[in-house]
Amino acid sequence: MKNICFYFQIHQPIRLKRYRFFDIGQDHYYYDDFQTEERVRYLVDQSYLPANRTIAEMIRSSNGKFKCSFSISGIALEQFEQYAPEVIDSFKELAKTGNVEFLAEPYAHSLSSVFDAKEFVQQVKMHADKIEALFGKRPTALFNAELIYSDEIGELVAKMGYKTILIDEAKHILGWKSPNFVYTHSNIPKLKLLVRNYKLSDDLAFRFSKMNWSDYPMTAEKFIEWMANTPENENIINLGFGYEVFGITQSAYTGIFEFLKALPYHAMEHQIGFVLPSEFSKKSESAGPLSVPYPISWVGNDKDLTPWTGNDLQQEALNKLYAVGERVRLCSDKPLLRDWLILQTTDHFRYMSHKDAYGTHYESAYDAFMNYMNVLADFMERVDAQYPTTIENEELNELLKTINSQELQIETLENEVKKLKAKKVKAADSK
Amino acid sequence: MKALMFGWEFPPHILGGLGTASYGLTKGMAMQEDMEITFVIPKPHGDEDQSFLKIIGACNVPVVWKENTWDYVNQRIGNVMHPDEYFWLRNGIKYDFHRIYTNDLGCIDFSGRYPDNLIEEISNYEAIASVLAHQMDFDIIHSHDWLTFPAGAFAKQISGKPLVIHVHATDFDRSRGQVNPIVYGIEKRGMDAADHIMTVSDLTRKIVIEKYHQDPGKVTTVHNAVDPLPDADSFTKTPRNDKVVTFLGRITMQKGPEYFVEAAYRVLQKTKGVRFVMAGSGDMMNAMIDLVAKRDIADRFHFTGFLKGRQVHEMLAESDVYIMPSVSEPFGISPLEAMQVGTPSIISKQSGCAEILTHAIKTDYWDIDAMADAIYSIVKNPAMHKCLQQLGRDEVNNIRWQDAGLKVRGIYDSVM
Repeated sequence: MKNICFYFQIHQPIRLKRYRFFDIGQDHYYYDDFQTEERVRYLVDQSYLPANRTIAEMIRSSNGKFKCSFSISGIALEQFEQYAPEVIDSFKELAKTGNVEFLAEPYAHSLSSVFDAKEFVQQVKMHADKIEALFGKRPTALFNAELIYSDEIGELVAKMGYKTILIDEAKHILGWKSPNFVYTHSNIPKLKLLVRNYKLSDDLAFRFSKMNWSDYPMTAEKFIEWMANTPENENIINLGFGYEVFGITQSAYTGIFEFLKALPYHAMEHQIGFVLPSEFSKKSESAGPLSVPYPISWVGNDKDLTPWTGNDLQQEALNKLYAVGERVRLCSDKPLLRDWLILQTTDHFRYMSHKDAYGTHYESAYDAFMNYMNVLADFMERVDAQYPTTIENEELNELLKTINSQELQIETLENEVKKLKAKKVKAADSK
Repeated sequence: MKALMFGWEFPPHILGGLGTASYGLTKGMAMQEDMEITFVIPKPHGDEDQSFLKIIGACNVPVVWKENTWDYVNQRIGNVMHPDEYFWLRNGIKYDFHRIYTNDLGCIDFSGRYPDNLIEEISNYEAIASVLAHQMDFDIIHSHDWLTFPAGAFAKQISGKPLVIHVHATDFDRSRGQVNPIVYGIEKRGMDAADHIMTVSDLTRKIVIEKYHQDPGKVTTVHNAVDPLPDADSFTKTPRNDKVVTFLGRITMQKGPEYFVEAAYRVLQKTKGVRFVMAGSGDMMNAMIDLVAKRDIADRFHFTGFLKGRQVHEMLAESDVYIMPSVSEPFGISPLEAMQVGTPSIISKQSGCAEILTHAIKTDYWDIDAMADAIYSIVKNPAMHKCLQQLGRDEVNNIRWQDAGLKVRGIYDSVM
């Protein structure tokens, strides 16, 4: 039996305000709340809420047959909590049906998996905590930001106890292999890989309403038939894209919501089921290991990291940012830690791309870089104020250890004193 | 195809960007095999590069019939024009121009510059055009800038050949809106008479359509390009402790020098390791020196005076940032020259070259904050400097006059 595994990505960056170099050291608030709120409201009203309603209806009308999963970044969740709490409620409703799975991802939708492994582990844990707190279930499958994956990242993920990770169909990795099977990590058979079906996902996400596309108009019947006509033994078709495809990339008038609603019926006709990533990978056999020596992502034709790390500007910004990672993790200053997360969002670096600055609100890559570097300069000054760069990291660690253990030591000593005093009193009493 | 072009400047003796653009364009067009260009300028010096076109000096074209011997003519102007050509052109005198003061050869003395009696020179240029139009054989007339519009229009009237005019600047750019009605009149009449109008940027095209009321259908943008610099690598940068930010151009209202000074002031408040250079001269120079003194940044702000030839490229190559905050710049070729020698450029959005450059920082001319921010960012971030330098150079090397020439040719063909 064939199965469809849907997963939707929800993420929006918190946008930086125009931050000039003379603000460095003067102004420690970096965000354009108006722009961020406006963007979130737009996404929520045009896409997330109507799409959630549609999915709820699909689950109902298919008697619980329809299933899908979501990967919502921590930054996006924070924005919903602040600007559109009704979205959180709506997802909670979906969670209650049990037909929806929430995936883990690095909290800040960051490139930490590539640049800073410690940070990555910490962020995934932070995100999992948040998901558990909101929706009641700890994720067991992971959707890395921008579907970035390599063997190394796979190892990290497996070590954290995740059983499933989603990756994209990169031609140079899969070669002749079909994405419609479950694969495993090159040397850790416990970790299952679900490969996104790139062609079918893009058919829905980008070509659905293109009138010059040879398969226009796309109907649910046709779409399901394509999947039904895949070779007999291919048992899973992973369809993943940004959630805003419903309602924004493909606006409501293109009929995307009606298309969705019709999917379960036609799927059942062809005996195609819907599955969740973690439950499916648990029960199915692997078709073999996949080796990914260099990181891949889900963007562009090359499926590599060039949209974020392709030019000198991006390299510079990323290197400067992650150079302070260790120091920031020593800090306990809450505002600083929050800024640290927000500054890591992948979008900031994408805006610095000359070729592929998707979703940018800057005039040019240089403009994006200038603004980001000014903010980063101020941020680094603040980090420096807490832990000066003149002290080596190791030395700093030692010092911190002494300070922290000092407290513990004082505490234990105090306890001892108390005990002794109590003894003394007892002794005096008994006399 | 034979083109008769009227210009005002031609390298190596140039006063502004017009000469450079005329040279580049004609050179680019000469690469088309069937293109024959005759270029008329008021006063050639004899050292112009004539390998790809023919130059006629207006000051050697007789407009009044005077009897002279071959030897006398040879002795007088033999170094710039063959006497046979003089006698042949003399046959083209069909009108009586005795009202104009002429010399012993029946020629008019042109200054070839921008003198006080410029309007008179412009109308004298018309007399030259009448002689040439009667005598020469050409398919199209091409006039560069308003100084030559009346000449072009007159040549069209006489020969009946199509006229295309090339607008390198309008009076709206030069005067920040305080238009001289006489100049406007000359420009407008030229545009009305033209069969097609070429502008150096979309910005200028818009001005031509809106302010001179031209039919948008007959106005086309042909962006300028830049001549490849064969010895670009010979210009090197001396290592120094301070970063150098340079403004280079005429210090006039049009170029927005005061915005540069203000931006420099902002940068210097935050960091000290930067020096600012204002190269060039102009009517606002003294005011700028005053302003620099008033802002108390004179120790970090330097004036070089007028630079020419190789000095220009040397200055550009020595700089870490080139800035052109022009209030209104029809095209602006100097950022392209800066990028050729590997200097990142900051240009105002009100410059025509901003339309074709990606790897340069663009700000509004009045946005001092943005300008200061860009300067700060380039001098403080080596990555930014490197990126702008490398990609900028590649970009500029791909902007070629040849392509502009092909576009002009397309326009010629459309009006024939």
